[in-house]
Amino acid sequence: MSLFNKELEIVNIGLKSFYEDLKKQGAKVVHVDWKPPLGGSRSLKILNDFSKISIDVEKANAEAVERIMNSQPTLVGMGIAREVVPGMKENMILHAGPPITWNRMCGPLKGAIIGGLIYEGKARNEQEAIELIESGEIEFDPWHHHDGVGPMAGVATPSMPVFIIENKTYGIKSYCTMNEGLGKVLRYGANGPEVIDRLKWMEEVLYPVLKEALELKGEINLKNLIAQAVQMGDECHNRNRAATSLFIREIAPAILDTNFSNKEKKKVLEFINSNDHFFLNLSMPAAKSATLAAEGIKGSTVVTVMARNGTDFGIRIAGLPNKWFVGPAQEVEGLYFPGFTKEDANPDIGDSTITETGGFGAFAMAAAPAIVKFVGGTVQEAIETTLKMYEITETENNTYKIPFLNFRGTPTGLNIKKVVEKGILPRINTGIAHKKPGIGQVGAGLTYPPMNIFIDALEAFVKEYL
Amino acid sequence: MIYKLIKPNSYYDSVTLMLITDEIKKKENVEEALVGMGTETNKGFLKELDMLDEELEKTTPNDLLIVVKGENIDISEIEKDVEKLLKIETEEEEGEKFYPTLESAVKKLKNANIALISIAGEYAGYEAKKALDLGLNVMLFSDNVPLETEIELKKYALKKGLLVMGPDCGTAIINGTALAFANVVKKGNIGIVAASGTGAQEVSSIISNLDSGISQLIGTGGRDVKKDVGGLMFLEGIKRLIEDNQTEVIVLVSKPPHEDVVKKAVELLKKTNKKHVVHFINGKVYEEDILVGYTLEDTAIKASLISKGEKVEDKIYSYLDYFKNFDFDLKAKEEAKKISEGKYIRGLYSGGTLADEAMILLQNDIGPVYSPSPINPEYKLEDINESRQHTIVDMGEDEFTVGRPHPMIDFTMRKSRLIKEYFDKDTAIIILDIVLGWGSHMDPGGEIAEAVKTAREKSNKYKCIIANICGTYDDPQDYFEQKKKLEDVGVLVFPSNASAVRFAVNVWKELGR
Repeated sequence: MSLFNKELEIVNIGLKSFYEDLKKQGAKVVHVDWKPPLGGSRSLKILNDFSKISIDVEKANAEAVERIMNSQPTLVGMGIAREVVPGMKENMILHAGPPITWNRMCGPLKGAIIGGLIYEGKARNEQEAIELIESGEIEFDPWHHHDGVGPMAGVATPSMPVFIIENKTYGIKSYCTMNEGLGKVLRYGANGPEVIDRLKWMEEVLYPVLKEALELKGEINLKNLIAQAVQMGDECHNRNRAATSLFIREIAPAILDTNFSNKEKKKVLEFINSNDHFFLNLSMPAAKSATLAAEGIKGSTVVTVMARNGTDFGIRIAGLPNKWFVGPAQEVEGLYFPGFTKEDANPDIGDSTITETGGFGAFAMAAAPAIVKFVGGTVQEAIETTLKMYEITETENNTYKIPFLNFRGTPTGLNIKKVVEKGILPRINTGIAHKKPGIGQVGAGLTYPPMNIFIDALEAFVKEYL
Repeated sequence: MIYKLIKPNSYYDSVTLMLITDEIKKKENVEEALVGMGTETNKGFLKELDMLDEELEKTTPNDLLIVVKGENIDISEIEKDVEKLLKIETEEEEGEKFYPTLESAVKKLKNANIALISIAGEYAGYEAKKALDLGLNVMLFSDNVPLETEIELKKYALKKGLLVMGPDCGTAIINGTALAFANVVKKGNIGIVAASGTGAQEVSSIISNLDSGISQLIGTGGRDVKKDVGGLMFLEGIKRLIEDNQTEVIVLVSKPPHEDVVKKAVELLKKTNKKHVVHFINGKVYEEDILVGYTLEDTAIKASLISKGEKVEDKIYSYLDYFKNFDFDLKAKEEAKKISEGKYIRGLYSGGTLADEAMILLQNDIGPVYSPSPINPEYKLEDINESRQHTIVDMGEDEFTVGRPHPMIDFTMRKSRLIKEYFDKDTAIIILDIVLGWGSHMDPGGEIAEAVKTAREKSNKYKCIIANICGTYDDPQDYFEQKKKLEDVGVLVFPSNASAVRFAVNVWKELGR
């Protein structure tokens, strides 16, 4: 038992020269690249109070991640938002991120909402749309209040078709619209005629074909599909190429069996095939249906929602259900398409951070070396990103495995306490929208949430449970 | 017989599963095995092997199948093996790797048993608590840790059977490894508990240079022995050394502790049959049967003699007794003759305890000494940068180190102060400490020699410069090379602080001004 009878094995925290001296002595030593907690002394006080909480937080967190990992997200069908999305109203528009009022909305979100009203036939042009909005007749609500998610602006209107995902383990449903492709698209705030036409085609052709194909084919296990895609170089947030291909393999035979014309079938297959991100709108609700299973677990500090509306970044945690912790959406560091610069970029936007919340996305960066350059890094940085995320998550995923890390499970179950204590923010991969409505995507990159939301959430948690 | 297990909705890639199948086939009593997803291919294999039944036929590619043919097989054991194989641990690649947190570092260094913490004091307590939670002993180099935190940590550590050395603990040697500022000492049977960093360095270095050795050097931080902390770790350290088989002689080094701590320490020493030497800087004798060291040097020599089984008298031993060929008086006379200006002694120290010792010795012999933190508050320097009469400055004190490294690492401040003192017409003698060992500057002698050279070149006056090297012959800086660098510019080098100070006193007395 005595220290004196064992070989000294040292953890050095702080001055690196002590570490180097110890190494020169031939001592067994490792060095910690220490960082102060997020926000410094304010957090220190919260952390000290946290240690006095009597409820078993570790147990609660273990339960939360167990529920997330036991979840079985499955694509079970499709429907029209007004008919299937819970709480959807005729005058309602759903959007990404935490709640926000019209006057605080960013350009792309405003643009998408205007497009949504034109698509619904409620306005003929931008001016009419704005007048309608300012009359107060339109109700805005976050997708997350309706068990769904939306990429970028995330706008969904009552007539839009949605995927219906069921978490088979817990019988929880989640929803998401279909992905429109790249370029000028509604989710980036574009709302010109070609955007509206595409949305109409999606409603009138793509949706019925896919719906019938799904009915013929039966349910599709999204969890296994994501697991395979992660082993094929996707992180299923910024890269969905493998997952989209796998989805085509699943659905193509059934599309051929539908009662539509060959021309329509071909167009549908071409549309899916030409859009590497088609699967994003399935990986996102898959993650949502899993994290929903952890919501409301008493005493858990695991994050169940990370979402941005282009103005604010909000999180929700399992142990404080229905509460948002909100801070400013951050700038995105990244690469820009020709003709665009950082000046054009809108702050971070979209619900796609649900993928990181669910244990993939940027957390699985080490699995997706192909997109590393796109987000401005090296392969080594991608690996380090994933390794770092293990520090602030509860566990290693039992299904999503990273080949390069010897099939280690992806970091799963973001824990606000660890984020604050260790001073490490979760990494986020994202597309970049133009700050003006109607232009669309201008690049892709990486960013972090604002740090105050984790401190605020932990403070509220301590207040609730101390 | 066929044994089977179906795990629905678990996806693993086929290569992994093939490798696992191979491993399972090697198990006792297993004739044939298939671990794989319920794909058509795998079902085909099972059919060929006559291992397919209706239930297996119905499985899907999302189901994991474990099917084994053989006798007396426990399928749940096979399942455990499969799960173990699926959880292959990631082996870290070689090369230097730093860890973002204590927790991840401990995952790598599984048998870690001590954390050396030197982060900002505000956060150090929290990190130390985590280390204790993980079962690590703690050396807390950081200062500015709140007193309540220190007490809390130490009480918690004792409950867990762990040590907390510090806060503000600069020196420890545990199992022969020097932590932070410590010297390369010989291994031996002398254990030290010290609430004073440079005091411990001086004592342990002299012991080692006298060919005795150190079993353990436990630092506690200076505040430990005061009333509030009540010697929690100082006393625990003594207990540990009493229990330790390697330790035969126990040495205590500290600035005067609170009387209750002294009482408890004395009780512990009286209970054990291990020998001891106690040095609380002021040289006070507490009880008759407690052997006291009167200086750091005396303490070290006494400990060394005892450790070799020799008799010790109640007198002040001096290092100079060991250097018979050095004519102390003659040398002092020569130096006094050479001094061409000034009449005061100026001490520029990097070690706090060494500075304290110099003040006490000078005060006893030649009268009051000015300092930023004097023994007698009457002699507090108004301006720490302006010496008065006899002055001793510890340049490691907070007033000097704001925004810069400790003077054992960065010599800028001490060098410019040295030149300033040399040009002061009141200065006759300058005394310095040169601290070697891990943590310290790799060429302190060279740094000081450079300043001495500059001063001597620019001034037409001669002043006596005396230095003590606090270090061992095995320190990474090379003791003898350091000594030579100093002697080459006319610095008189002594092997202990007490002998250096005593020589300064002799020179001053010879000076007769």
